[in-house]
Amino acid sequence: MGKIFFYAALALVLVSGLIFAPAESKLAIHPMDQFNVAALFGDHISWYTPTNVTLWMALAVAAVFALLVMGSSRRAIVPGRAQSVAELAYGFIYKMVEDVAGKDGVKFFPYIMTLFMFIVMANFLGLIPGSFTTTSHIAVTAVLAALVFFTVTIVGFVKNGAGFLGLFWVSSAPLALRPILAVIELISYFVRPVSHSIRLAGNVMAGHAVLKVFAGFAAALGMFSFLPIFAITAVYALEVLVAFIQAYVFTILTCVYLKDALHPSH
Amino acid sequence: MASNTQDAAHGAADAAHGSAPGMPQLDFSTFGNQIFWLAVALVVIYLILSRVALPRIAAVLAERQGTITNDLAAAEDLKAKAVEAENAYNKALADARAEAQRIAAETRAEIQAGLDEAIAKADEQISAKAAESEKAIAEIKAGALESVKAVATDTAEALVTALGGSADADAIAAAVAERTKG
Amino acid sequence: MEGDIAQLGQFVGAGLAAIGSGAAAIGVGHVAGNFLAGALRNPSAAAGQTATLFIGIAFAEALGIFSFLVALLLMFAV
Repeated sequence: MGKIFFYAALALVLVSGLIFAPAESKLAIHPMDQFNVAALFGDHISWYTPTNVTLWMALAVAAVFALLVMGSSRRAIVPGRAQSVAELAYGFIYKMVEDVAGKDGVKFFPYIMTLFMFIVMANFLGLIPGSFTTTSHIAVTAVLAALVFFTVTIVGFVKNGAGFLGLFWVSSAPLALRPILAVIELISYFVRPVSHSIRLAGNVMAGHAVLKVFAGFAAALGMFSFLPIFAITAVYALEVLVAFIQAYVFTILTCVYLKDALHPSH
Repeated sequence: MASNTQDAAHGAADAAHGSAPGMPQLDFSTFGNQIFWLAVALVVIYLILSRVALPRIAAVLAERQGTITNDLAAAEDLKAKAVEAENAYNKALADARAEAQRIAAETRAEIQAGLDEAIAKADEQISAKAAESEKAIAEIKAGALESVKAVATDTAEALVTALGGSADADAIAAAVAERTKG
Repeated sequence: MEGDIAQLGQFVGAGLAAIGSGAAAIGVGHVAGNFLAGALRNPSAAAGQTATLFIGIAFAEALGIFSFLVALLLMFAV
């Protein structure tokens, strides 16, 4: 019985694909259009104009508020669903900071939690079809990475003074190699914010662009459009995973950099 | 041509947004806007987290930890109490068993004494009855012997008379006494 | 297909740079595979090393991101 319905539905899809197939099917894929920044009201964009960036960042803030503040508002000893998730997020990041950055890194916990919650909420909101993904923009992730970079550098110098430069002087290497290694370490230190920011933006942007490309195939293929639709489903599942993992990776790298600043010995 | 108009619209959108062809991420005219709103969002999230959410969740977690510790201590207490109660119970059980055994032994001794007494009395009664019966039997036996002697004498007298002799009472009595002796 | 030789160079260069993404994929596969091999030998120690796993993956991926960046710059910024 179920099988018959399945084949009937499949046949219906194929026939409707034949009937409604565009007479002139041509690939018209604009995968980057979803990343356009547009003003909510009017055309002109200056630095304070409310844009779709504003809207989706506000939604991310609202999501963080809903999860962490409203979710925990009952202060129950036996937590409900929202409170469990809030406590899970809290414990997850707290343990990460403590394990990776060490005990004295714990005072940076609210700062790191802010980064994590913003990125994870922005990533997941970006997965809603038709939404705008703020973390797909290099401007956004570069600011996040630069914040981490400058914080880490300043903390390193304040905590250790000139001893922070020991991070670049690999004392376990042979003396002749040390200047070369120092140059390499210095370059890698300044490349950190670049890879830190582009990793996040690149992963998110690439995933969303791939979804749009497959969607374009689906529009062009007519009766075979179910193939790209299956592919979109699979890629979407992967993107859900990526949305979380990239937030996790961004956060844990922040912790690693912080550990370098707090304990620069090589 | 639908695709042409679409392309034209696309181009117009690009033109409206400024320089970058194709990649909105590299459209520097929107960077100020994004950075400004990102800063606002981050500051708001930071304030929400550090003022409200994180202290509250930390308090809830600490409270739960405290409750769990207290509950564990209470459970330990209750467990000790249970062990104590079990020991008391076992002791009471052993006491009761000993008491029961004592009472059973006492009762058994009492019953034994009563039984012994009753047996002795019964023996006595039985022996008395036996003696009485023996006496009665002896009397009956004696009576029976007398009767036999008398019957024998009478019979002998009658026989002698029938045979034509004269019955000498003394001789007959002597003969009967002689016969019945053995 | 209209266009000039510079555009051809851009597109070919971007395509070549994209090979680096595949190379990064090989690197990430190595990291994850070796982690899994080690984790199966000593499962009790695996849970404590997931953070190290993700840090390793992130560093391996960083170099792939640079080639991705080069491709993007060739396509859209040059």
